Amino acid sequence: MLSPGTGNRVTKSKLISRRMFLLTAAKTVVMFGIVGRLISLQINQTTKYKTLSDKNRFREWKLAPERGIIRDFFDQELASNEPLYQVHLVPENTKNLNQLFVRLKGILKITDQKVSYLKRLIKKQKPWEPIVISDNLNWSEFSKINLFLHELDGVEPIVSVARTYPDNSSAHILGYVSQISAKDLRTKKYLKDLSVPGMTIGKTGLERKLDEKIIGKVGFQRYEVNASGKRIKEIQIDKGQAGTSFKTTLDYEVQKYTNELLKDKAAAVCVMDIYNGDIVSLVSAPTFEPNAFVHGLDKKYWNSLIRDGKKPLTNKAMSGLYPPGSTIKTLVALSALENEIIKPQDTFRCKGKIELHGEKFHCWEKKGHGIVNLRKGIQRSCDVYFYEISRKLGVDRLSETAKKFGLGKPVLSDFAEERSGVVPNTKWKKKFIGQNWYIGETLHSGIGQGYFQSTPIQLCLMTAQLANGGYKIKPRIIFDEEKNDLKDYSDFILKNPNETIDTDMLIKRFNLNPLFENQKNINIVKDAMYSSSNEPGGTSYRHRMENPKFTFAGKTGSSQIKRFTEAQREAEVKQKDLSYKDRDHALFIAFAPYKNPKYAISVVVEHGGSGGSEAAPIAQKVIKKVLERDSLRQKASFSRVESI
Amino acid sequence: MLQPRSIQSSMGLKDKIFSMDYVLVISIFILGIISMFAMYSTDGGEFKYHTNSHILRFFVFFVCFFVVSLIKIRFWHDQSYLIYILFFLLLLGVKYFGLTSSGSKRWLDLYVMNLQPSELMKVGLILFLAKYYHRLPVDSMNSIRYLVIPLVALVAPLLLVATQPDLGTTILIAAGGIVVAWLAGVKVKFFAISGLILITLLPVAVSFLKPYQKSRILTFLNPERDPLGAGYQIIQSKIAIGSGGLFGKGFLNGSQSYLDYLPEKHTDFIFTLFSEEFGFSGSLSILILYSIIISRIIKIGNQTRSNFGKLYCYSFATAFFIYVVVNMMMVLGLLPIVGSPLPIMSYGGSSMMAIMFGLGIVMSCKIYKDIPVN
Repeated sequence: MLSPGTGNRVTKSKLISRRMFLLTAAKTVVMFGIVGRLISLQINQTTKYKTLSDKNRFREWKLAPERGIIRDFFDQELASNEPLYQVHLVPENTKNLNQLFVRLKGILKITDQKVSYLKRLIKKQKPWEPIVISDNLNWSEFSKINLFLHELDGVEPIVSVARTYPDNSSAHILGYVSQISAKDLRTKKYLKDLSVPGMTIGKTGLERKLDEKIIGKVGFQRYEVNASGKRIKEIQIDKGQAGTSFKTTLDYEVQKYTNELLKDKAAAVCVMDIYNGDIVSLVSAPTFEPNAFVHGLDKKYWNSLIRDGKKPLTNKAMSGLYPPGSTIKTLVALSALENEIIKPQDTFRCKGKIELHGEKFHCWEKKGHGIVNLRKGIQRSCDVYFYEISRKLGVDRLSETAKKFGLGKPVLSDFAEERSGVVPNTKWKKKFIGQNWYIGETLHSGIGQGYFQSTPIQLCLMTAQLANGGYKIKPRIIFDEEKNDLKDYSDFILKNPNETIDTDMLIKRFNLNPLFENQKNINIVKDAMYSSSNEPGGTSYRHRMENPKFTFAGKTGSSQIKRFTEAQREAEVKQKDLSYKDRDHALFIAFAPYKNPKYAISVVVEHGGSGGSEAAPIAQKVIKKVLERDSLRQKASFSRVESI
Repeated sequence: MLQPRSIQSSMGLKDKIFSMDYVLVISIFILGIISMFAMYSTDGGEFKYHTNSHILRFFVFFVCFFVVSLIKIRFWHDQSYLIYILFFLLLLGVKYFGLTSSGSKRWLDLYVMNLQPSELMKVGLILFLAKYYHRLPVDSMNSIRYLVIPLVALVAPLLLVATQPDLGTTILIAAGGIVVAWLAGVKVKFFAISGLILITLLPVAVSFLKPYQKSRILTFLNPERDPLGAGYQIIQSKIAIGSGGLFGKGFLNGSQSYLDYLPEKHTDFIFTLFSEEFGFSGSLSILILYSIIISRIIKIGNQTRSNFGKLYCYSFATAFFIYVVVNMMMVLGLLPIVGSPLPIMSYGGSSMMAIMFGLGIVMSCKIYKDIPVN
């Protein structure tokens, strides 16, 4: 081996020291580099990293707020909340899952299918994340679970709230709530901060219209969580705020009664206070079970709903479009009078049909009505009479009147499902169909056929505005107490109980806008409607009410689905002989009581055949019910007015 | 120039103890105490397994440190090759009898503890090369003939450790060996040439890397690449350190580590935990303590007469510096995550044993600074 000498040792020592000096310099640089990095992270950027650290640390769980309650005019709850009993399971707290499920099956009705589904779910999740074993238990099941809780490790009974409806009588106007969908989150801005898993939102009807306010403020629980997401401790809890409750102008009793009347029919009814536009009843049939939507819809039920030809999910009162048929004759007559096309006593001869440019226009009465004036024209609903006056009037003037009275635009605001309908005129046809107007189409329009499309609620508003003497009203369904139009009226009645109130006075009290040139014309039409319902030969005479308290004045209508062929006309085919889908829609509008009108009603029965035989009897019964409850309604108003 | 041998060999135990470098001893002790607090914090403020065994190990190996330092430096010089061979055999033993944990075979089961010979090899290689270059005359230093033995002594353990696989320790062992050769005066061109060869071999080496090792390097280059996967550790470590701020979140209040966001908090990320709880001021204190330790080792190297002692102290100081710096730069996101413990602070018996053994030899150099090794 080599043995180093002294000289060698010293040279080497110097070499080593020189190189060490270089290394030390490098080390110092690196050390300062590390200090620099520490300064950058811990001093310059510390705010950023503190935020990130808190983001790591805290996690928030949102709590679904309680929805506001929807009440009727008499404070009856139409949409309320009920406690919802659920059973959750935290898998990590269970020693033996299989044994637990066997035990649970003995207590609850859980299928084997569900058990295997839950087991798969457990495998996918973190062991401390709860799974929902049973949503919506009844009380006896829930108390049973609580009774055996000591032997069910990991099972947690949970009480929350869910929407509930007393019955299905107002399903369409109230709408329903259901789980938030991805599309809702995209399209509805107010849901941005509200997305809570398992929360329900309004999908249709009032639930949808009021959703933003009725939904409430989301609460949250802030937890400190560890890296795997397990909650360590609760830091903060905010229970949120229940949504605003709303009172509607609806009468639950009338809703139930009407709903029962319309059972098995495809129909719609709308009842309105003719002075303040309060909607007393709005029913569409057939109805559906709104409670079925709250906890996730059963597929079978959903399929039965969408396959039903009577379309139970459609709110026919607002989104059903029907040709107004002969009910429009009230407006045609009014328009002709207002435009001074005719005088009430002017007559035409009805021979059952007229001919125009080679085209035949039939009256529903094949043998004709003979000499017809305005009153008789409306009473008998003589088509020929209205062919004649609408030809003179022209469709543009008719459409002006129709629009003034509320046709062709939505009656209530903010209802996604409400439709506008169509009030045709020459411009409209040019714009939407791209063709010129034919005079023959004016004749069809004059009896409410052709392009005319209206919703039952529009027909009701039209009737109400005729009934109140021709004044514009703004229909409403939400009763907001600050805008109680009845205040002056009720005050007046309280002070002068024996005074008879005439229309003029009411109108001044209610600050309405006249829709007429000459109010006499309105009264002529109202009188004609009276004769139609209460004088022999009138189209709804059979269903009149003789008690003056209930006496109504109305107008029938039948809107054609399919054009009658000449052969059918010759053979005098009756509506009831046609197949269901080919029958006319039956319509009826009315106001009551005739002497001192308070309410307007519209009834549409799809494929009902004729308005006189199908729609009028329903209107008759509903009117009676509404008027019987009128004193209660006034009383409720007074007490409310007093309490303000 | 030479002191009479009799004077020093007649040193009593008292003299030996008095001639120790107490700044170094106290610095090591303070760092040890700090590491216990840090470990106590990783256990969530309780004396659990990690804390207890860390405390025990520190004291056991701290005593070993004294024992090693009291043995003559000449003994360590003489036994250097033997020590290296012993450590190498242990490494070979790992290959055949080793314990496998999370995919790598690094440990030998010695009943009292699980020994990680690769940690010991960090010191063993330095000892071996220090002796080799101590004995090599300056003029032979750069002849190819005399490069063969150090190269073999360097590469053989590296291959064993790299195939365990343990990339971090491989790099750290290599760094120590290269430092000795460089300090001894091996010409820069040899390092340049081997560097070039290494770079040309890099693609081949990359193909041998495990997928997780590749992903760590890619992740280092862009930590946001996979924030929940491989980049997670770097991001969470930076969050923990950054959120510590100037004075930290307070002892036992490091939410990042307490809530398990921090990976490997006992071992590689112990500095992160400390930094989160004690902030910039704490981190700086640790850095200063390490700087004191390193500068004292260099100072002892300066005082030692023998080139063996100088080479050893300088190399060990540099290697120690590299261990500290690599670990810190790693947790600060300046280097890819490779397993590298922080000397004394990190949990791990073998690392503690190797560091204390290495420091003991340094202290032996101090006590016997004036005695030539041969």
